[in-house]
Amino acid sequence: MHAPPSLARTVDEIPTWQEVVETLLLRGGYNTTWVMIGTTLLGIAAGIIGVFALLRKRALVADALSHATLPGIALAFIVGTMLGVQSKSLPVLLLGAALSGVLGVVAIQALHRHPRVREDSAIAIVLSGFFGAGIVLLSVVQSMRSGSQGGLARFIYGQTAAMRHEDAIVMSVIAGLALVASLGLLKEFALVAFNEGFARVTGWPVTLIDIVMMGLIVLGVVAGLQAVGLILVVAMLIIPAASARFWTDRLRLLVLISAVIGGLCGYAGSATSALLPRKPAGSVIVLCGGALFFLSMLVAPRRGVLASIMRRIALRFRIARDHLLEQLHDLEQRDGRGTVIACRALADAMRERGWMGLQTRVFLGLLRLRGLIERRNGGVGLSERGRAIGARVARNHALWERYLIEYADIAPSHVDWTVDRVEHVLRDDVVRELERAIARTEAAR
Amino acid sequence: MSPEVYRLVAIDLPAMLGGLMAAVTCALLGNFLVLRRQALMGDAISHSVLPGLVVAFLVAQTREPLVMLLGAAGSGMIAVLLIEMVRRVGRVDPGASMGVVFSVLFALGVLLLEKAAVRHVDLDADCVLYGQPEYMTWLPPAQWDAFFSASTLRLVPRQLWILAGALVLCSGFVVLLFKELRIASFDPQLATAQGISARLMHYLLMVVVALATVAAFEAVGSILVIAMMIGPAVSARLLTDRLVSQVLVSVLLAGVGAIGGYWLAALGPQVLGFSHSVSSAGMIAVVCTLMVGVLVLLAPRHGVLSHRLRQRRLARRVLVEDLLTTLLRAQQAGDAQVAPDRLASVLGGARRSERAIELAMRDGLVQQDTTGVRLTERGEEVASRVLETHRALQRYLVEEVGVRESHAHETAERLEHVVDEDVLRRSGGE
Repeated sequence: MHAPPSLARTVDEIPTWQEVVETLLLRGGYNTTWVMIGTTLLGIAAGIIGVFALLRKRALVADALSHATLPGIALAFIVGTMLGVQSKSLPVLLLGAALSGVLGVVAIQALHRHPRVREDSAIAIVLSGFFGAGIVLLSVVQSMRSGSQGGLARFIYGQTAAMRHEDAIVMSVIAGLALVASLGLLKEFALVAFNEGFARVTGWPVTLIDIVMMGLIVLGVVAGLQAVGLILVVAMLIIPAASARFWTDRLRLLVLISAVIGGLCGYAGSATSALLPRKPAGSVIVLCGGALFFLSMLVAPRRGVLASIMRRIALRFRIARDHLLEQLHDLEQRDGRGTVIACRALADAMRERGWMGLQTRVFLGLLRLRGLIERRNGGVGLSERGRAIGARVARNHALWERYLIEYADIAPSHVDWTVDRVEHVLRDDVVRELERAIARTEAAR
Repeated sequence: MSPEVYRLVAIDLPAMLGGLMAAVTCALLGNFLVLRRQALMGDAISHSVLPGLVVAFLVAQTREPLVMLLGAAGSGMIAVLLIEMVRRVGRVDPGASMGVVFSVLFALGVLLLEKAAVRHVDLDADCVLYGQPEYMTWLPPAQWDAFFSASTLRLVPRQLWILAGALVLCSGFVVLLFKELRIASFDPQLATAQGISARLMHYLLMVVVALATVAAFEAVGSILVIAMMIGPAVSARLLTDRLVSQVLVSVLLAGVGAIGGYWLAALGPQVLGFSHSVSSAGMIAVVCTLMVGVLVLLAPRHGVLSHRLRQRRLARRVLVEDLLTTLLRAQQAGDAQVAPDRLASVLGGARRSERAIELAMRDGLVQQDTTGVRLTERGEEVASRVLETHRALQRYLVEEVGVRESHAHETAERLEHVVDEDVLRRSGGE
């Protein structure tokens, strides 16, 4: 068994590769292994519960709840000491934490029921008021002769380095319980989260399900207290779920991805903290989560920022392509096959639409690469494929114009203006539909 | 001066003054946060100032308050922008985007703090939570004649000057831009239409909130700042309906909270027989919160209790008036007296009718003898007024509103107790 990391060490030494690998493979010593298993389990459980907290828009209620555990911890310590119980016994402290957390949530509900107190105010008041009470009680603990508060401060910022394997087992059990319960109640939670009204009228005990959900949030918070600390524990609920939301719209996948992200954060955070004991584990876990969140926000396929930028660029490209091909098509109709637009004239026209010289060059290059246009006698002309597409675009254009005049009752003088914008989003089946409709009108005449 | 007085001047006075200024500063801004449903933005900002604080400290290598203020305000602003960005670009629920951003920033701050604490002992994780009121001691000369000199002022702790500056800045902000803040808070579209950029006001408010948070930070720590922002403002909202008076009342309540909290922390434990005082910052937060709890229950107009009382009074009046009209109708039909059991069936139960008779007798509206209940002269007067209202309402409902004759009675029965004479006159009842 490894010796527990010395707290006297003031600066973290850089661990060797061997240490890193051993820790990551859960061979970093008995305590470390348990702590890592527990934290990973916690991450998974919190990830799953967090999905529902997020869907029910309870993210910040959970934050208030976690802050509200402080007076409970301190009071449990004081009462425990007075009664002569082993006052640092973790279950007693966590029980106190859970009770005062629940009291905090009840207080929010009670305040919120008053028409003049809005929910955000109620959350903020309870959060800071309970936390203040906790700090008052901590100062009482500090002045008590029997013990220092050293054992309690770790609940605020979290500390895995000082956790013993018994603590880790307590944490694992709570997290495991929450995990099993939330997986078992997946269907009920989904129902309440997505369609509360339907659940109510079809006879589901919505209030009860809601209370159970809140209870699981309490469990998740309490399990995370000693590892992550009460200020940051809410992040373990919110961040995995919010990150997972970027990747999918399906609930089952959402739960799965959120659990994986949560577990990953817990694993990485506790491993880092095992290797660099001075680094506060809670912060490391949250920062891992934060990195994954921002990564998800950037690169997720549909809802990601990059994807939406790409979509916008693609749309712009397509509009410009259609414009150019249609213009060339019209020219060919007038002046015969093989007509070209001079490069300079084209660049000027593009500039008027806000394209810079380089952008235009890239754009033309791409079109040539796709075989839509060709370079001929110092200008740009249509290729065979380009001609086909240009003809289709021109036809769409004409169809729309017709449609707007006949069906939408838009004055002919206004039509072109509208058409230019919508022809690019017209789908083929819509076009066929339009064609038929117009053919019918013609026939009726 | 005597040691007790000196203790008071050197330790209690600066701490109280600091707490007071911090509370008033925060409460001023809190009014607008509460109004705009952004109470939690204050929370997010106060968590997020931490990394800025530490970075400023690490870069400048000094605890110089102005440097710290700059760093913290900077990271507060970054937090606001990030939250906005995550919400918009990522289309994340506003609560969750706040939660993600402030917890990540706070975690970053804690991590940096660990780095800073290795080299410097005077900036540690605890001061984030508790503030550092011990820096706020004033050690003026102990003799009165030396006390009144310019050098005494120079010994006033820096934190107090910073807080005073913050107070002046925030009151200036609120007073000068009151109109703009009010309109931008109540109706952003109207504000923008009138040429007051609601967005600009939003960001300005956020900057000032970040500054106030940092200034108050030293006195009470980061999380308790929220209590001082939101507690007095919500309390004031329970007491008044006008924004101007709400702001003034909240300032008053903030003062009560700060000074009351301090004295409770310093003296409360001694009263209970403990020798140590408890955390004053925590106590101020507790007092600010309890204030809300108490006012939710007891506020004169909007409190739960007065609401219940009003409801009960109305229920009693309805009951008595129902009794009186029943008696009057019977009288007009030729029965001067009505037997109690007949009343019970009309008023919904023997207990209700007994209660009604008891209440009406106490006001001298009815008389009871062995055979039954009869109206007094005053009772008759009241009853005929109610009946008149009833008929007027019925007529109005049928003729003007177009309610069917058979349905009008029931509605009029309910309205007859609450419609006042002015409305009645206007509805053409006379």
